[in-house]
Amino acid sequence: MKIAVCVKQIPDPATPYQLDPTTHWVIRPPDQVMDDTDRYGVEVALQLKEASEGEVVLVSMGPAGNMQGIRQALAMGADKAVIIDDAELKGSGALSTAKVLAAAIKREGADLVIAGTESSDGYTGVVPQQISELLDVPALTFARKFEKTETGIRIERQTQSGYDVVECGLPALISVTAGVVEPRYPTFKGIMQAKQKPVDQLTVSDLGLDGDSVGGSGSGQDITEVSPVPSRQAGQVIEDDGEGHLRIVELLEQAKVV
Amino acid sequence: MRNIYMTDELEEIRHQVETFVEREVVPNGDQWEEDGLIPRELLEKMGSLGMFSLRVPEARGGLGMGEIASVVFAEALATSTFAGFEITALVHTDLAMPHLLRSGTPEQHDRVLPAVMLGETIMALAITEPDAGSDVAGIRTSAVKDGDGYRLNGSKLYITNGVYGDLVVVAARTDPSERYGLSMFLVESDREGFAVSKKLDKHGWRSSDTAELTFTDCWIPQENLLGTEHRGFYEIMKNFQNERLILGAMAVGAAQKGIELALQWTQQRAAFGGTLYDKQTIRHRLAMHQAHVDAGRAALYHAAWLAENGVDATKEVSAMKAFTGEMVNDVLYDCLQFHGGMGYMRESPIERMVRDARILSIGGGATEVMLEEVAKRSML
Repeated sequence: MKIAVCVKQIPDPATPYQLDPTTHWVIRPPDQVMDDTDRYGVEVALQLKEASEGEVVLVSMGPAGNMQGIRQALAMGADKAVIIDDAELKGSGALSTAKVLAAAIKREGADLVIAGTESSDGYTGVVPQQISELLDVPALTFARKFEKTETGIRIERQTQSGYDVVECGLPALISVTAGVVEPRYPTFKGIMQAKQKPVDQLTVSDLGLDGDSVGGSGSGQDITEVSPVPSRQAGQVIEDDGEGHLRIVELLEQAKVV
Repeated sequence: MRNIYMTDELEEIRHQVETFVEREVVPNGDQWEEDGLIPRELLEKMGSLGMFSLRVPEARGGLGMGEIASVVFAEALATSTFAGFEITALVHTDLAMPHLLRSGTPEQHDRVLPAVMLGETIMALAITEPDAGSDVAGIRTSAVKDGDGYRLNGSKLYITNGVYGDLVVVAARTDPSERYGLSMFLVESDREGFAVSKKLDKHGWRSSDTAELTFTDCWIPQENLLGTEHRGFYEIMKNFQNERLILGAMAVGAAQKGIELALQWTQQRAAFGGTLYDKQTIRHRLAMHQAHVDAGRAALYHAAWLAENGVDATKEVSAMKAFTGEMVNDVLYDCLQFHGGMGYMRESPIERMVRDARILSIGGGATEVMLEEVAKRSML
């Protein structure tokens, strides 16, 4: 089984990053790390590969930089990576990203596509579903558990009140939540081998895509304004004079939570 | 890239060790300090990830790396703030294991190395005695030839991993007529005549176990002799450089972490209409400490690079060890000071770090001994 895992390199969340004041796009430093949510997807892929023969291919879009984030995923045990790095992709929104990733996955011919539910920098949370639509394969989303069946894949889909059991044949796409598995640490050997693993660096034209259909022009959106999240207001302190609990109940009633 | 001695792989190893430490060590370290013990499961986890194989030759399943890798590893471990944890791992990898790697026979490697690399066997190094510390030639523990082996008698003091370790590299006198007539032995902790006579209570490094060991007619088979008989003194001297690099890396790492904690504290602690960091006296003292940490790190990596390239770096390593061992104590003293009353509380990491750092100007060659090594090599 050939498994494609969507991974994204993002600026290290521990280091503050800048936005371009005109375009509002993230200014991406050369040192980027693997998005933490993608570690779960890579782990799921590796477990499926270990359970049955197969290959795990990472698919990523964005400035390659020094490929630190990609190498982190390769060090975990993925076999190869495909990264689409093209100046034409600047300003890509969710749909542009999905078009590019879907084209790259099609080129690889994967049986199963795995993605995190959303990236930690963009947080659109729609790319996996868009990829499945573009590839015309079923999307099994928000997997909190997974297992390979004889002919396909079965997941427990996280819902607000519990979970649904969903299954389908292959090819398919699953999006995984954090907590679906405990991602492994790369071994030191894995780290040393990561640099030797093949990485295909592609452009938009390599994928046969029209430059106007992707990137900023193809994303169908403009970021008009970015404002910081308002800081949280200080809470209300209730001094307990023996009647404090009554005041708390009153406030909870006002908030309509009891 | 942190400095010219780093590679992408070393940078990634550093990153992974820091991540591991943040997730696996920091949340549990307080309990281990109380227990006086690092759980074996953690050490085995580190072993399974290859953390104990950096210096093991590739032909033996390791990474075949050198002193710079050890320094990167030690500095990254130091982000934990739990130096007792760090030293447990580092005595295994960089104080005891080098003797096995350098002097061990293929048979000895086959026999013990796989479990040592996996952390299933934890190693210790027993050189120091009640009457012999930095003056190694004063060792009295004796190993007398007895049949197809040796009979070991004597005691060893301040042995890290001595209480819970499994395999101890022991230095003993085999030639009483010769001042440097020492030999090294591999001694399994379950051998008859091997005893932990005391679990020592320490000022710092409290999660690390430290022992006084006694050997009473402890019989060691010939195949446990490590290296050439009577040449042990020179083996000890050789590895002193590596040990001092590691202690220097722990010092640089701890000082850097102390500054980080002090920056966090002083930038959020309100006082006199601003934060503590708004006070120039605090900003400048922290900035000067950072300059000292940077200087120590530069000396550390340079000395490691010299050693890795086969250059006799005794002078540079000794100078670096003297400098960083004192520097970390100066830096952490002020970092605690800037934490005010909180810094005096057992719950604050900086309080523990100050206690842990005290040994770094004593262990592995006290500052005074290190300065003598430098002075001897500076005479015109």
